[in-house]
Amino acid sequence: MSKVQAPDKKDAPKVEKIRYDKNGKRVRSLAVPRSLLWPALVAAIVLTQIPFLATVYFSTQRWNLLRPDDRGFAGFDNYAKVFSGSELYSSLEATFVITGTSVLLSLVFGLGLALLLNRTFFGRGVARTLLITPFLVMPAAASLAWKWNLMDANFGLFRWVMNSLGFDAIQWNTDVPIISVILVLVWQFMPFMMLILLAGLQSQDSDILEAAALDGAGKIKIFFLMTIPHLRQYIEIGVLLGTILLLATFDPIFILTGGSGGTKTLPVLLYEKAFIALEVGQAAAYGVITVILTIIFATLLLRTVFRIFSQQGVR
Amino acid sequence: MNQAFKKRGLAGVGVLAVSALVLSGCATAADDSSDGESSTDADSGDSSSSEVVELNLATVNNPQMVDMESLKGEFEAEYPNIKVNFIVMEEGDLRDSVTRDIATSGGQYDIMTIGAYEVPIWGNNGWLADLTDLAGNDAEYDVDDVLEPVRAGLSANDRLYAVPFYGESSFTMYNKEIFEEAGLTMPDRPTWDEVADLAKQIVEGGYADAGICLRGKPGWGDGVAAMHTVAQTFGGAIYDMDWNPTINSPEFVEAIDFYTSLARDYGQDDPVGSSFPECLNNVKNGSSAMWYDATSAAGSLEAADSPVAGKMGYAYAPVKETDQSGWLWSWNLAIPETTEKLDEAWTFLRWATSKEYLELVGNEIGWANVPPGSRASIYENPEYQEAASAFADITVEIMNDVNPSQPGLNPQPWTGIQFVSIPEFQDVGNRLGQDLAPVFAGTATAQEVLDEAAATYVKDAGDAQK
Repeated sequence: MSKVQAPDKKDAPKVEKIRYDKNGKRVRSLAVPRSLLWPALVAAIVLTQIPFLATVYFSTQRWNLLRPDDRGFAGFDNYAKVFSGSELYSSLEATFVITGTSVLLSLVFGLGLALLLNRTFFGRGVARTLLITPFLVMPAAASLAWKWNLMDANFGLFRWVMNSLGFDAIQWNTDVPIISVILVLVWQFMPFMMLILLAGLQSQDSDILEAAALDGAGKIKIFFLMTIPHLRQYIEIGVLLGTILLLATFDPIFILTGGSGGTKTLPVLLYEKAFIALEVGQAAAYGVITVILTIIFATLLLRTVFRIFSQQGVR
Repeated sequence: MNQAFKKRGLAGVGVLAVSALVLSGCATAADDSSDGESSTDADSGDSSSSEVVELNLATVNNPQMVDMESLKGEFEAEYPNIKVNFIVMEEGDLRDSVTRDIATSGGQYDIMTIGAYEVPIWGNNGWLADLTDLAGNDAEYDVDDVLEPVRAGLSANDRLYAVPFYGESSFTMYNKEIFEEAGLTMPDRPTWDEVADLAKQIVEGGYADAGICLRGKPGWGDGVAAMHTVAQTFGGAIYDMDWNPTINSPEFVEAIDFYTSLARDYGQDDPVGSSFPECLNNVKNGSSAMWYDATSAAGSLEAADSPVAGKMGYAYAPVKETDQSGWLWSWNLAIPETTEKLDEAWTFLRWATSKEYLELVGNEIGWANVPPGSRASIYENPEYQEAASAFADITVEIMNDVNPSQPGLNPQPWTGIQFVSIPEFQDVGNRLGQDLAPVFAGTATAQEVLDEAAATYVKDAGDAQK
């Protein structure tokens, strides 16, 4: 492909040129297929890049919706405010803690459930459907159900259970806001991890496991030395997709804690800047910084973390 | 606002219910409503499309506005050349939608429902039609009948920019049965120290789970509204006359320490999770003996289906250094400056906030459903007095008593009680609520949170006013 030359009009203007690459294979002109891609490419650019450029433009503006007279070019003031304030850093910490913990815990519990479902028993289909349900419930509805039915300080099921056992009820929002958010997120994303890992488990060849058992490997050894390495790429994809989905989490935090107690993640912070503070310029600056940070983080995750995984897998 | 918090909670339940409906294939409800819309559109088009003026009204989904929508037929019968389209939204969506519309001169709405916080700011921005003369020159409308503090809150530079259809203050509610059992009495005008002592005796005597229910939920209109009034009666203020932050003054810190420890020691469980709907539940089921919240709560407590109806007593908002406390909030109708239908829009506003409208609600829907806290005359109506006997008198007394120009000990550079009428306050109030949440848990102290606030975002917002 790299050897394809641009059509040269002087040499043979009207004859369709047949060219060959260095291996003697015929190379067809790519002009038509490429031109067919243009509409889709233009649509993609319009839909993704123009909003982003608009955001970049807004981020250089001094614009509070409620102060129409005080609007103008602000240069990098908005960015300076973002970096000199404490909100970005505490929000990054909250995002890291909540996303990281939720991904890890849902991975561990998802693996447990996947192992349980990876054996034949009566009613397995029903059990699988029931276990997947939390992932299918709308996040807002799930959060409200947790808030009102389970965690409510008056009528919540948790309160009733704790009181029945003779303990004081847990004060979810007051004492453990982060845990209450993580709990809901893990509950929601456990089935997602379970599905991915279950697919991995079911693709494992049972003959190999049988052979290992015959060779005298115990169940624990088989699990750690054979099943986990086999699951490596499934774990990778689970962690990657789970992280992407959880990074954008908004509903449970907004509904359960309203961003208090170290739960103000980047999406919540962005929402507050844009729709509560009505600071268009600052919100745009936060948005641009979030995009950049996400790209850096995703690149690191893909390159570094997974290289470690692969090297371990080779062993 | 407070009414709306209840809505927010109910809206939560509503979302569940709606999702359930959607899941169970309840497409009929949606069909019905859209059919209704289109048929009325068709009707108006048939009759005489050139003469009929359509008004778009953006409004909040609280009971008073839902009642108004159901009564709009009366208006349209009286004024056949005007048709009003209600666009009903949840409070957060409404605020978002109308703010963007008016800030960008969108012109989508001819009438907007806005809170007491927005009116002076928007009025100053020149976004709202000046209603001073329209209302003032109309003897029959009798604008002086609108409660004076509410009217003051809807003015900027002595011009009136909105008219209220609902207003509220805050006061102390208590369960008379629990008080009787404990042998306690509530003073008519309690102090915070007395209230704290009563809460202590109730909890220590085991008469109720919680002595008092106090809002702690983060949000400028949730916990911060209540805490702000307490700070003001303790002698604190967020800003001094020159917009310098005084939020970490000893008085303010003492007030927050007092409030959070009262909530922790003798309050309901999970204060940070509690706002209007949670406390309403708490008081209704008798697990809280007292409640400091909106005067509009009384309507729900005395409703026919309430287990504590007839058992509640009502007293003034607790005080410390000031003579009176209590917040002031109203939901109002205003006309954007961009509308081309000012006369028709005012005709509707005039009807919807008139004395006659309140009587219409009483006669058609029920006297307990009359929007409270907007006009003095309704409190002299014998039928309303009978329906709201437990709380009508004290509500109007408190609402006339509060002073939005100077609610605290010292003068303040803005009008308003539980909020600061500056564009930055929504953000400041919200962050304050979030930062104060750990104080309820005891993992941070009021002093350190308020010191940090005074040095950063409260200061920045103050500097923007200079």
